[in-house]
Amino acid sequence: MAAAARIRDSLDRFLDSDIWFSFKRSKVTVAAAIVSGAMILAALIAPWISPQNPFDPAALDLLDAFTPPVWYEDGNPRFLLGTDDQGRDMLSALLYGSRISIMVGLISVVLAMAIGISLGLIAGYVGGTIDAVIMRIADVQITFPAILVALLIDGVARGLLPNERHDELALAVIVTALGLSIWPQFARTVRGSTMVEKNKEYVQAARVIGLSRGLIMVRHVLPNVMGPVLVIATINLAIAVLGEATLSFLGVGVPPTEPSLGTLIRIGNDFLFSGEWWIVIFPGVTLATLILSVNLLGDWLRDALNPKLR
Amino acid sequence: MRLKTLLLAGVLSVAMALPGQAKTLKFAFQGTVNSMDPYNLNETFTLGFLGNIYEGLIRRGPGLEIQPALAERWEVMEPTRWRFYLRKGVKFHDGRPFTADDVLFSADRVRADGSDLKTRIAQDTKVIKIDDHTVDFVTSAPNPIIHFEWASWYIMSKSWAEENNAVKPQQATGTEENFATRHANGTGPFMLVSRETGVKTTAKVNPDWWNNAAKEHNLTEVVFTPIPSDATRVAALLSGQVDMAYPIPVQDMKRIDGNGTTRMLVGPELRTIFLGMDQSRDELLYSNVKGKNPFKDKRVREAVYRAVDVDAIKKKVMRGLSTPSAMMIAPGINGSSPDFSRLEYDPQKAKALLAEAGYADGFEVSMDCPNDRYVNDEAICIAVVGMLAKVGIKVSLNAQPKAKYFQKILAPKLDTSFYLLGWTPGSFDSWNPLYNLHACYREDEGQGKFNLGGYCNPDVDALTAEILSETDAKKRGALMREVWGKTIEDIAYVPLHQQAVAWGVGSKVELKQRADNVFRWRHVKVQ
Amino acid sequence: MIAFLIRRLLQSLLVMLVVALLGFTMFRYVGDPVAQMVGQDTPLEERDKLREELGLNDPVYLQFGRFIAATLRGEFGLSYSIGRPVNELLVERLPATLELSLIAALFSLVVGIPMGVYTGLYPQRWLSKVFLTVSLVGISLPTFFIGILLILLFGVTLGWLPTFGRGETVAIGGWTTGLLTASGLQSILMPAFTLGMFQLTFIMRLVRSEMLEVLRTDFIKFARARGLANRAVHFGHALKNTLVPVITITGLQVGSIVAFAIITETVFQWPGLGLLFLQAIQNVDIPIMSTYLIVVAFFFVMINLTVDLLYYVVDPRLRIHREVAGGH
Repeated sequence: MAAAARIRDSLDRFLDSDIWFSFKRSKVTVAAAIVSGAMILAALIAPWISPQNPFDPAALDLLDAFTPPVWYEDGNPRFLLGTDDQGRDMLSALLYGSRISIMVGLISVVLAMAIGISLGLIAGYVGGTIDAVIMRIADVQITFPAILVALLIDGVARGLLPNERHDELALAVIVTALGLSIWPQFARTVRGSTMVEKNKEYVQAARVIGLSRGLIMVRHVLPNVMGPVLVIATINLAIAVLGEATLSFLGVGVPPTEPSLGTLIRIGNDFLFSGEWWIVIFPGVTLATLILSVNLLGDWLRDALNPKLR
Repeated sequence: MRLKTLLLAGVLSVAMALPGQAKTLKFAFQGTVNSMDPYNLNETFTLGFLGNIYEGLIRRGPGLEIQPALAERWEVMEPTRWRFYLRKGVKFHDGRPFTADDVLFSADRVRADGSDLKTRIAQDTKVIKIDDHTVDFVTSAPNPIIHFEWASWYIMSKSWAEENNAVKPQQATGTEENFATRHANGTGPFMLVSRETGVKTTAKVNPDWWNNAAKEHNLTEVVFTPIPSDATRVAALLSGQVDMAYPIPVQDMKRIDGNGTTRMLVGPELRTIFLGMDQSRDELLYSNVKGKNPFKDKRVREAVYRAVDVDAIKKKVMRGLSTPSAMMIAPGINGSSPDFSRLEYDPQKAKALLAEAGYADGFEVSMDCPNDRYVNDEAICIAVVGMLAKVGIKVSLNAQPKAKYFQKILAPKLDTSFYLLGWTPGSFDSWNPLYNLHACYREDEGQGKFNLGGYCNPDVDALTAEILSETDAKKRGALMREVWGKTIEDIAYVPLHQQAVAWGVGSKVELKQRADNVFRWRHVKVQ
Repeated sequence: MIAFLIRRLLQSLLVMLVVALLGFTMFRYVGDPVAQMVGQDTPLEERDKLREELGLNDPVYLQFGRFIAATLRGEFGLSYSIGRPVNELLVERLPATLELSLIAALFSLVVGIPMGVYTGLYPQRWLSKVFLTVSLVGISLPTFFIGILLILLFGVTLGWLPTFGRGETVAIGGWTTGLLTASGLQSILMPAFTLGMFQLTFIMRLVRSEMLEVLRTDFIKFARARGLANRAVHFGHALKNTLVPVITITGLQVGSIVAFAIITETVFQWPGLGLLFLQAIQNVDIPIMSTYLIVVAFFFVMINLTVDLLYYVVDPRLRIHREVAGGH
């Protein structure tokens, strides 16, 4: 009972807060939240709602290939949005493709957060040579565009890993490449905030009562830097999803047997002039919608957490 | 001969060019010509391009028939001695006369270190100058097809090469650029004007070409632009920025054909696309079957054959533009026969065969596939993966760019269990694919060098050797029929189809298409 | 000052060394240069011999040492696939990329700054909301997708603009330019727009938030209190104060324009460095790839160094405090 009351209490407090108010006030943000929420949910439960498993080669029939969407004369009610060049149901491919794209985006952002936050905390809290080394690396890396860094890391990984395991490891490689290409932003922000926080009285107090450095960082400093981290995470989720799509478009991303949205666009690009527009336009629009709504959320979050700019 | 030579309606009413009027042909291809040195790279497009500037002793016509070029005629003095009578009065682009010395020099240069065309003339073949316009080729064993690949062995000027320090082909290890890499001095109908690697290459007509009196073309200038991206290449043709572009992806042909300003020129190519299986190792490198190799069992190979619906691939992946093939050679290759037919597509029987061979539950195997080499290669592989999945063979696909693909599967690594490959016999004769793809793999001799699955049948080897030296055409034909029958019976490979040569052509242009996908400007007329 | 300069230079040197190692590792292990240099029919012994001659069988550290030494001498070797000196190729391709990047940067500045000023001054007007929405769409559409759609619309359907290449170019000394011919100017429109789009939205948003911030400061309030006209306040005071960070960050963004040029040049077959690089990846042309990497890294490090020094000159306290946005 007490727990339930506490939850209701914090919920009330949240519903009463500035953030919730500003959220409610911005219709665009609400729409963006609904759209991105729905897309993420659909991607999560894709295996249960898609008409077909597009990753199972035995389920595909080549003779179904190039079926147009259902509103065309030679459409087929089995394939609402038509099929691609391999007879894959586009709707199922979109659901599974978003699943992969979102998964790649989320995991790489989490990876970047993990690296960036720990290094940022250490740099900011410890200072000295360690700080200088970490921040110099971050400085240098941040001047290189993320996509170039990701291309390089991807290339190195592909070269070092055995050939036949490419496909199995392709996702891991992309996630690593994207994660490693965006960590410095987290590190910088966290370091900055940490340096401010560590001189505040409550941290001084914690130190006086003998708490260990690690504990202080995690328990006291970390919660106070989470605001900006959340903003960066949201914006970088969009960047990571876009990065995955670009790598896949350039042909060094997700393999075509289990395509992501970017891979679907790469495949569909071949059919742009031949009239089978649905193979490229549907994934393109899905990708753009996803990124747009995440970007809108990120924008709003940044403004909401930084009242100065409102 | 079923090979269609696609001649375009030759109505020449407007086509008679006024003297002095500039007629420029602009064309695009997916790849580029990296070097102007004709011995630098043994690759169809490069050699085809240079064949407009350089010439060989012989040349191939629009129907691939052998025609005299720099050699006016030739005769077989004895089975191992061929005499070539050189054309008189021919000049290189810079004015030097063409003589027997140039032929001798070119025969040495093409076999020198750094040359990629060493197979054009056997190392032990002697080239002897009889007089300034007569040359003998003396071989160690009879070879009735000695000159079949000489249409792409181009003659270079000896004195020009010597003066410009280009006596040897470009060494990959060298640090100095070879003069012949960026300059060309041939005898052909066109002369190199300027070159920006990977951007644009310009050539102009050779006013002193020996065959100008009988020339078909009306060009004054040719501009070549490499455009690797399919979509961009198609767009360039559709928007009229180029007069001709190839290859055209099968899915875009309808659009190019249907709009009145451009049209498609399509014919069967001589390249055969096929699936190969490792039949030599005792255990496959990439499979869940341990201790034995399923592909050693002919029933399993037949199951793969019958599980692949080549007509569905033709209809959907190739949009009708492929010719399913029962043989490993295209119609039009010497030795091809209409008597062979493909095994029926029959997934039920495939399953039964697998069960009979002890794989009732199927098995897993990895497949290697290029993704930028043949028409829709990757899409074909994905389709094959789906078809095999339906009979229980679970295939994981490893599709890669050709550079990495060839490195993995070709000798000496042969690092593959199951792969897709294509083959065009450069001599347009059966012996080439028999020796390269079907003879038992012998690393030291080069025999079976592209027999990546290690198919080996001593009878086939013996017959292949006989075919090489048999000079009687009729007996040779019978031998070829016999040996092809054996390999097809063994299911050495699963032939799929011949892809189409697909050229997109602007309405102002008339040209002739060759089945080996070589574009000869001397057949082009521009309005 | 001297100590700072030396430290920065040393750091930059270290960065270059790491980049060289990275480039070397990457390209040494991706693909087989020998398979690329020879044709399908080349016998095995030939391949082995070539491998030996190229030193590909030597220990890796030896190969890396050779690589560094040659790089320091400015020798990047011959391209495997083209057979010409790599530095010559780069010099040949440089004008195309620089022109494209320059036009794209100009486009994003000329359009982005006014849009940013407007949205900053009048955040509530509907036009501002349109601008913001458009900018969000611009950020959300992948670069390659924008390029493809433009080609489809203006190149193929309408037939107004060339779909690939630079058009006619004119050589002035060693520099080739497409900016002096009609076809060259037509050719640059779509690629520059595609490449500049992301930067445009970025600059617009940057200017907007800087404007919002500046307009809030006491300095502007005093200006208004002094009775200055809106116009004078906005352009004489506010805009001038936002321009310093805008210019700095734009300078840093030049690096990302060069990187994004890889994608744009691929879509439009623009014969610049990016296309050369991507084609080199496809051909496993190691000398071109590693040289591109080193040249681009050098370029970035120089920009970075310059910006650092500028900051130091302007305000020593600001040394490391600068914010750079990453691209997508």
